[in-house]
Amino acid sequence: MNTDPVVTHPRLQLITLDANGEQHDVVTEPRRTLVDVLRHDLRLTGTHVGCEHGICGACTVLVDERPVRACLMFAAQAEGARIRTVESLSEDGGGELSDLQRAFTDHHALQCGFCTPGFLMLAEGFLAERPEATKEEIREVVAANLCRCTGYQTIVEAIDACATARRGACVTPCGGPDSKEH
Amino acid sequence: MKPAPFQYHRARDVDGAARLLAELGDDAKVIAGGQSLVAMMNYRLARPRHLVDIGGLRELDRMHRDADGGLRIGALTTHHTVETDPTGVLGAGFEVLRRAMTWIGHLPIRTRGTVGGSMAHGDATAEWCLLAVTLGAEFVVRGPHGERTVPAGDFFHGYYTTALEPDEILVEIVFPRPAPHAALTEFAERRGDFALVAATVDLDVEGGEVRGGRVALGGVASAAVRVPEAEAVLTDGGSFEACAAVAAEAVEPPADASGSTHYRKELVRTLVRRACEEAVSR
Repeated sequence: MNTDPVVTHPRLQLITLDANGEQHDVVTEPRRTLVDVLRHDLRLTGTHVGCEHGICGACTVLVDERPVRACLMFAAQAEGARIRTVESLSEDGGGELSDLQRAFTDHHALQCGFCTPGFLMLAEGFLAERPEATKEEIREVVAANLCRCTGYQTIVEAIDACATARRGACVTPCGGPDSKEH
Repeated sequence: MKPAPFQYHRARDVDGAARLLAELGDDAKVIAGGQSLVAMMNYRLARPRHLVDIGGLRELDRMHRDADGGLRIGALTTHHTVETDPTGVLGAGFEVLRRAMTWIGHLPIRTRGTVGGSMAHGDATAEWCLLAVTLGAEFVVRGPHGERTVPAGDFFHGYYTTALEPDEILVEIVFPRPAPHAALTEFAERRGDFALVAATVDLDVEGGEVRGGRVALGGVASAAVRVPEAEAVLTDGGSFEACAAVAAEAVEPPADASGSTHYRKELVRTLVRRACEEAVSR
């Protein structure tokens, strides 16, 4: 048993990732970013790679329910965390779209679609934390990601419509224990 | 681009990480949230041969008030945790920190980026570095030979350079006094970008009157700087406008493609006045 307080990994390392509720063992170089492991090793190609330096947000995924840039994180850093990608949104894993995805369709919140997985995961994480989000707050949050087609207006409208519908659907007062009064 | 190869080491405790850093020497780099380091490694501006990941040291992810009313922030506390303040420790005295977080990058950056990582990175325009200099923070650092405390005035040495030795780890940042009349504001070309200029003031207000205060600027030198000339105007009962004008006179910001020295001095004048007005209205 290794009793050293620091575990030293060789050139190749075995990591276990929890992606969309499934455990995956991956043997990889430590320099692999999370987004590259998701795409190349786990074949979860819904997450896109844009700038690779944290500017465009195309690679946004949820790590422990919070939106993060998967290009600014090494896969090894995600060991032990729950990762969710765009593939997790549709309830039966590929058939029925989620309410958020349907809102993007209904409001024409995409054209070429390259940035869409990033926007979806950004919105998914944000709305989970702030179900009461105002349109202004949504506008502020989507500034995190780049879209060159829509001009953002339709993205803001889609997220706002989804949030409004979710609030309407709440039987009990909206928001979990994490929600804040404003 | 993809980062150059490196070996990954996961720390189990601070002392183990410090020992490993001492062993590996200059080829090793500490990674916390990685929001600056991974971008630099992807660009290959940084090519460490070893990364020591301290991200799992949960004992460094906490905020609490000490007996004297000061605020102690563990180095691995994220900007997002400060922004949302889930345990309600900030109160009115440190509301300035909570509000300042909205200037840092974007939500997905703030969920990963850490207070200690930002301080140790030492960007000349970083909000945390500016807040530390303004509010007189103290840095608790630990190395193989034990722990020491470094005042903010001695911590930032210039562009991306701090008082941290290669085998030392920043474990905690202490803001010793509440700052109920403090504010940070800045200007960037796009929301979430690095600031061209950032200004912070911390006013001493008694009975509705401003008796003095601290004024500091980011983006005008190789590290955040206090501006004693502008602080003297506040002590002498001068107007915010006068304080801002003196601040703009006192600094000589570097020119680059984003703005000339003159332009940045005008930003200083506007931002210091705005920060003063916001701070006094608290």
